[in-house]
Amino acid sequence: MSDPIIEVAGVTKAFGGVVANRDVSLAVERGSITGLIGPNGSGKTTLFNSIVGQHPIDSGSIRFEGREISRMGVQKIARLGMLRTFQQTRVFGKMDCVENMLVSLPHRESGWLEMFRPYPPELVEKAEHLLEFVGLYSKRRLAAGSLSFGQQKLLEFAMALMNEPKALLLDEPTAGINPTLINGLIDRLKRANRDYGITLFVIEHNMRVVMNLAQHIYCMAFGKVLASGAPADVKDDPRVIDAYLGAAA
Amino acid sequence: MIFTRRRSAALHVAILAAGIAAPFVFPAHSVQFAVFWIMVLFALTWDAMGGQMGYNSLGNITFFGLGMYICAITQIGVVYNVGEYTAANGAINVHFTPVQYFQGLTLGLVLAAIGATIVAAILSWVLLGIRGPYYAIGTLGVAIAAAELTSTWNWVGGGQGIAMPVFPGGPGMRERFFYFACFVAAILCYLFFRWLYRTRFCLAVNAIRDDEDKADALGLHTTRYKTVAWSAAAFFLGIAGALFGNMTGFVEPLETAYPTLTFGIFMIAMTLLGGKGTLWGPIIGATVFYAMREITWTYLLGWQYIALGVLIIVNVVFFQQGILGWVKSKRPEWFGVKVEEEEKPRREAARPVTTRKAANA
Repeated sequence: MSDPIIEVAGVTKAFGGVVANRDVSLAVERGSITGLIGPNGSGKTTLFNSIVGQHPIDSGSIRFEGREISRMGVQKIARLGMLRTFQQTRVFGKMDCVENMLVSLPHRESGWLEMFRPYPPELVEKAEHLLEFVGLYSKRRLAAGSLSFGQQKLLEFAMALMNEPKALLLDEPTAGINPTLINGLIDRLKRANRDYGITLFVIEHNMRVVMNLAQHIYCMAFGKVLASGAPADVKDDPRVIDAYLGAAA
Repeated sequence: MIFTRRRSAALHVAILAAGIAAPFVFPAHSVQFAVFWIMVLFALTWDAMGGQMGYNSLGNITFFGLGMYICAITQIGVVYNVGEYTAANGAINVHFTPVQYFQGLTLGLVLAAIGATIVAAILSWVLLGIRGPYYAIGTLGVAIAAAELTSTWNWVGGGQGIAMPVFPGGPGMRERFFYFACFVAAILCYLFFRWLYRTRFCLAVNAIRDDEDKADALGLHTTRYKTVAWSAAAFFLGIAGALFGNMTGFVEPLETAYPTLTFGIFMIAMTLLGGKGTLWGPIIGATVFYAMREITWTYLLGWQYIALGVLIIVNVVFFQQGILGWVKSKRPEWFGVKVEEEEKPRREAARPVTTRKAANA
């Protein structure tokens, strides 16, 4: 780990008596694709929510590009260049796809007066180009709410790219997507990582996807990091197999 | 698209001409027409929050009353001691020269607009962190509190109210003057929101309406947009209040300045009737609603609120999208709304760049 973009150190988060994350530490290297796996309820989404500032953490430290962000709000962290997509897809349903894209522009530098300017044509071009990238160009003027679940996931991914983040946290990007489309999505995720230089941190249940995609994998169970390493090592780690299938003991 | 540039221009000219002609053709009804334009303004400003942004305010009437009182106090204050004037309950006859009157009115209008805007910005900071029904009830609380506080504040006349300075001019002039003032205020309000809905602001507030958490997650300055939306609404409501107070000639907290149950509800009912979240929906809604109101008040006296209630129930139960929304769902092509995919080759000649076709229809 030479140049971590996200550093999580000793993070604990409890909801009432339920400790969702206990002393979690991990690092995501800049420019990498890092996977996060674990059985249901192991605290993966809670960790994502903690990283993007959805809720305050109880203890520990979260750094983004070396900057402490554990006390920042969602909007501020998003403007620093770290974005997340949702497990349950979230798009702006009554707006069409191009409008969804335009509103997703980065708001990093935007001052008070920017809201009173129109969108220049080159941004519309860019929005349409990215919609083409995810294969939604022909649906660009349809209301986002009328798209299928899988298409909404693709739209949400395109919206995230429009925002030009440095790091993108994807919560189960392939869940609910037609198996034949998954390969296309994997390819697009890799291209986003390679061509746009976006660091990806991916929660994924589909082992085939995450093994194919990630260079480094963390496995969580019961709110703790259980194992980490290269995909092949994690896959064969007996602790990981136990966590998924139940200890054989 | 049914609304070509030419047809749209013709429509605007026709409305403008009708608006100018109305007080001359029907001089006896100038006040009713003036109130109509205030209704249009009400619906347009309410829709900016309730329709475009999905924040249903039950307390927008606060800014109307606030503007009315700020203007009244300014008009009196430039000539006379406000405390003495209100304490006399209209028993003293204060003479305002025409110059004093119009100076006071102009200053009053400016301060009413600015004052209402500032209060809205402060309230935004307090109230816009809460969402949904809590925001609605919170704003209703503000409106009721404003009325109650004003009722107990004797310096501004308390529950007795303030008799407004007398308009310097012959019979019929006052009505005509305030008719045109209301007409111009409604037009400026329309033009402002028409412009605003063509900027980035529109998509941002629509995004807040559709999913505020997602808008947060994308880094939008949501509080900023909300503050601007509410303050803009308050600016025009302040002007409307200032004009309405002068038109009525008497300012009083519960029935005139903060009529939560009549105007406060009308602005919502009109927007829902016409179709929220569109530029023209509130205008259509205001027209139909106000026509209904005037007709029932004339021909169904005693039953007028029941008739209006039936209209609201039918609207809310059967036509939730409102008149314009209903037409749009039946004839989306009239508004340039696409429901079919279009597989066109990319890079054809310059595509028209519109960010919000539907809203401007």
